[in-house]
Amino acid sequence: MTLGWTGALSQLLEIVLALALAPLLTGWVNQCRAWLQNKSAPPLLQPYYLLHKLFNKESVLAEHASPLFRSAPYIVFGCMTLACSIIPTLSTDLPLTLAADAIALVGLFALARVFISLAAMDIGTSFGTLGARREMLIGFLAEPALLMVLFCASLISTSTSLATIVETLAHRELAIYPSLAFAGVAFTIVSLAENARVPVDNPATHLELTMVHEALILEYSGRHLALIEWAASLKLFAYSCAGLALFCPWGIAEAHAPLEMLLALPALALKLAIGGAALATLETLSAKMRIFRVPEFLATAFLLAVIGLLVHILLGS
Amino acid sequence: MNPLLGQFINLLGAVLLMLAFAMISQRRVLSLVHLFTLQGAVLVVATAVVGYATAQPHLFISAALTLVLKVLLIPNLLHRVIDRLEVRWDTEPLLNIPTTMLIGILLVIFAFNLGLPIARFSSTIARGTLGIALACVLLSFMMMITRAKAIPQVVGFLSMENGLFFAATSATYGMPMVVELGIALDVLIGVLILGVFMFQIREQFDSLDIRHLERLKED
Repeated sequence: MTLGWTGALSQLLEIVLALALAPLLTGWVNQCRAWLQNKSAPPLLQPYYLLHKLFNKESVLAEHASPLFRSAPYIVFGCMTLACSIIPTLSTDLPLTLAADAIALVGLFALARVFISLAAMDIGTSFGTLGARREMLIGFLAEPALLMVLFCASLISTSTSLATIVETLAHRELAIYPSLAFAGVAFTIVSLAENARVPVDNPATHLELTMVHEALILEYSGRHLALIEWAASLKLFAYSCAGLALFCPWGIAEAHAPLEMLLALPALALKLAIGGAALATLETLSAKMRIFRVPEFLATAFLLAVIGLLVHILLGS
Repeated sequence: MNPLLGQFINLLGAVLLMLAFAMISQRRVLSLVHLFTLQGAVLVVATAVVGYATAQPHLFISAALTLVLKVLLIPNLLHRVIDRLEVRWDTEPLLNIPTTMLIGILLVIFAFNLGLPIARFSSTIARGTLGIALACVLLSFMMMITRAKAIPQVVGFLSMENGLFFAATSATYGMPMVVELGIALDVLIGVLILGVFMFQIREQFDSLDIRHLERLKED
């Protein structure tokens, strides 16, 4: 793969698409959730209004805030943008995937998590510290599970590069991989936990005792909060696209056929719409679990992913 | 032979294993019965697909038998027992579930290791799934050992039978019809007897916890 203009173009297109579409996906999930719960739904573009409002507001800082607190939103936002740019959504011709593979993707999520947790502890309020500890608890259990899920897919394509994985899964002759069934269930659990979704955390809560993600960002306001909200949308977008890339990769354009991207865009929109509706259904059907049940929940994901690896070895030999 | 059919059977085997794991981690009695019904349904599909892929008509008969017995009749019986005993929402204070699941993973590795050399000498379409079927059997075994209440133990027994059935299907395209009918009848009678037992235990001890049975003398 050389750094041709098509590669640069598709990379640029992908980043712009992620930045523009991520709040729309969040809005769509919220709308579906409201419909399913018989509430009047917020408008589809609500996250954009929120971002617009927050960017126009003054950002207030605590008196004892260190530079870390101020820089954390930018770091988190940067991490999530980079994560979105190395996951193939439209085309597998992405120059940045040469620099960062699936393991680096997990590292990027971890980096963002470390900085947001440090920033939450930086102010010294009890809620921030509480949120940071819970976030780290969930994070350190979700990370190995996510790695194992990605390894399941890389065992099939014998590469950890996400572009190669997608090329293998989408463009080789059709085959059913039972290991991916395990990986799929594990990935669903991990993405629910990582995106602060219902069985683990309620994104709409403001009840102090149950909140994890909200407690972390309690001290942020104005443009900092806007960046963090945008980064949270990007994270959901990244996870959805990673799930689509691993388990439903059809429709993503190949490196030698950049014109296929025209077809890839509606395919991506359709898949994301279905995925978002499924996420909302899953959230509506399940009840929030106690924080001490979360380790068990995530351990299940890890074990399922490990069994996926074992099944691949058993059936592949 | 379409390679997708073989892969589809492998996928169904994987789903069976996943359901066995879900049963281990399930606390609610009612959800356990639902999972068992689902496992039976997957088994029916798997048997029918193996029958279709290898053109063995007797496998369709055993699939139908499984459907009637394990998807319709036995879950129905279990639901009735649960209703009569009023243990619908019973939750069970289990041993630590993560520990059980870790042991479960060890069992899976053991079963896969055991299945691998046998599968190499087999030439059936679903030979790879023998290890999975063995793992299902061992996991259900473990479920019977670790559960303290009567109904989960019965479900464990039944799901072990599911695993055995799948093993027979994947290794040798099913047992002879007489054996299959015999086993089906055995399981049915077993469930009936265990059902009667459950009522007796309940009457005697006011609970379905079989740990009460460990004490033989009254003190």
